[in-house]
Amino acid sequence: RQWSDSLYDDLEEILYEADLGAQAVESILDQLRQRVRESRPERAEDVLDLLRQVMVSMLESMPNPYELTGTPAIWLMVGVNGTGKTTTAGKLAERMKRRGHSVILGAADTFRAAAAEQLMEWGRRAGVDVVHQVEGADPAAVAFDTVRAASARKLDLAVIDTAGRLHNKAHLMQELGKIARVVGRECPGAPHQVWLVIDATTGQNGLEQARVFQEAVNVTGIVLTKLDGTAKGGVAFAIHQALNIPIGFVGVGEKLDDLMTFDPEGYVRAILGMEEPH
Amino acid sequence: MFDALTEKLQQTFKRMRNKGRLTEADVKEALREVRLALLEADVNFKVVREFLGRVEARAVGQDVLESLTPDQAVIRIVRDELIQLMGSHVERVHMASNPPTVIYMVGLQGAGKTTASAKLARMLRHQGRQPLLVAADIYRPAAIDQLKVLADKIQVPVVTEPSKTPVELAELGKAASRRMAKDVIIIDTAGRLHVDDDLMGELEAMNARIPANEMLLVVDAMTGQDAVRVAEAFKERLPLTGVVMTKLDGDARGGAALSIREVTQLPIKLVGSGEKLEDLEPFNPDRMASRILGM
Ligand SMILES: Nc1nc2c(ncn2[C@@H]2O[C@H](COP(=O)(O)OP(=O)(O)OP(=O)(O)O)[C@@H](O)[C@H]2O)c(=O)[nH]1
Ligand SMILES: Nc1nc2c(ncn2[C@@H]2O[C@H](COP(=O)(O)OP(=O)(O)OP(=O)(O)O)[C@@H](O)[C@H]2O)c(=O)[nH]1
Ligand SMILES: [K+]
Ligand SMILES: [Mg+2]
Ligand SMILES: [Mg+2]
Repeated sequence: RQWSDSLYDDLEEILYEADLGAQAVESILDQLRQRVRESRPERAEDVLDLLRQVMVSMLESMPNPYELTGTPAIWLMVGVNGTGKTTTAGKLAERMKRRGHSVILGAADTFRAAAAEQLMEWGRRAGVDVVHQVEGADPAAVAFDTVRAASARKLDLAVIDTAGRLHNKAHLMQELGKIARVVGRECPGAPHQVWLVIDATTGQNGLEQARVFQEAVNVTGIVLTKLDGTAKGGVAFAIHQALNIPIGFVGVGEKLDDLMTFDPEGYVRAILGMEEPH
Repeated sequence: MFDALTEKLQQTFKRMRNKGRLTEADVKEALREVRLALLEADVNFKVVREFLGRVEARAVGQDVLESLTPDQAVIRIVRDELIQLMGSHVERVHMASNPPTVIYMVGLQGAGKTTASAKLARMLRHQGRQPLLVAADIYRPAAIDQLKVLADKIQVPVVTEPSKTPVELAELGKAASRRMAKDVIIIDTAGRLHVDDDLMGELEAMNARIPANEMLLVVDAMTGQDAVRVAEAFKERLPLTGVVMTKLDGDARGGAALSIREVTQLPIKLVGSGEKLEDLEPFNPDRMASRILGM
């Protein structure tokens, strides 16, 4: 198809419908217009490909999301309710174990009904021990126990699950800050990774989530879950743009194995509805 | 509270104060700001386009009441349209004339079905009903434990049995309701993707065996543009009767409510406003309209 500038509207629609939000859409289209003026492509497909290039160039992937710093390395799973923290903790534990590391899980969600049982089932599946206490226990104490256990057993990695919490609830964000501090006191430099788990169906609220979690605990990476549905997870792009938080992993299902490292090219192609190159 | 949108509109209209009548150019300019506000609130892109088309048609040429400034006039039209679209009265969960009433809670993973099931059981009990919960999520780790813990808190029985299929569990629920003289069966189903043909088929099979009086789609208020696709797909295969919107205690603007109404016409019946079991409220279209507009 012949390119004409009226097709910018279609591109805008594609980007908005992938949840990129006004700011990201504007800055992407600004760059695209610049590129189109420079290279004057004739066909719509060429412009789409330019758009792909622009978007990929704006994303930076984590060099190695599997990297372990700290002995033991302490990872914290954080995010709003129901995004996939517990599931991802289980997937990560299994993945790291398969990569030859010794791993332990910590059930620091002591609030939600049967949250510990859920993580313990993931622990069984992954073949990884789970530190837990009774419902209602102090989550910071569970996190502390987990770090202790990881150190005492000389393990490589502890993955600590936390309760889902809405970022606009100050007391819950303070509680999370406390968990991170307690962990840091016990093991200098910890938590070494704080994974903010974002559900791909999330709209523009994801930006505010990232902002506030970033402030409360130093978020080091995003896990974008539920990309196996029809949602494109464009808000992760917007978050990356606004806050410069890299995306480390994506969740693509409910099974142990449904976790992939983030691939900017594949992510952008999915947003634009483009085929993977052969 | 004066919000960003109101302020922007005031700026837009400053130059044209007291002109008395909304011209096409005025309205177009104002609606640009409204458009951004709606997109920011996660209203679906196409829904925004259609919605603004209607507002524009209504607004252009309209007299501005003396008591209103043009920005107030536009906001009022937008709000009126929003409220009208969202349903102007409070919707109820209907009870079958011939008990037991069968209520299914369905939706995507993590939307809040299990929590909403328990909340609804609690609400109905307070209204003098005798609910029974059915734990039909046999997939998610500890989903049954989760429902049991919640049900314990409100002292509502849970039907569950190892190695039964969800269809069998629905049947067991029905049988148990007779035995235990319960008049409402609330079935908590597993989270599933609308594109998962097998799992969507499972819900169809459950409903074929134990037909729903109410089938409520549970939707997270934080949902973005995908809400439309999800709601349409669920509605296509299942006799949905309404929507429960959860996590409204957050600060998401909840534009999904508008999108879902527009494309499915389904009423929003209840909203979740917290993690505790008493945090379930009737849906208020008026408040939702203000929220979506960020006012
Ligand atoms: N389709 C799909 N479902 C997922 C994915 N990740 C998690 N889920 C499902 O999402 C639901 C919520 O996952 P959890 O791991 O319990 O989420 P959470 O963030 O720990 O939830 P809370 O602790 O309640 O805040 C479960 O039904 C999971 O099976 C994914 O990548 N794809
Ligand atoms: N803040 C808040 N959290 C909620 C609300 N409703 C549910 N939640 C939380 O959201 C998370 C997911 O809720 P669930 O009831 O487990 O969701 P679900 O749809 O049953 O999840 P799956 O069975 O895994 O598909 C939990 O952490 C709940 O506590 C609400 O209205 N407000
Ligand atoms: K969710
Ligand atoms: Mg969890
Ligand atoms: Mg559930």
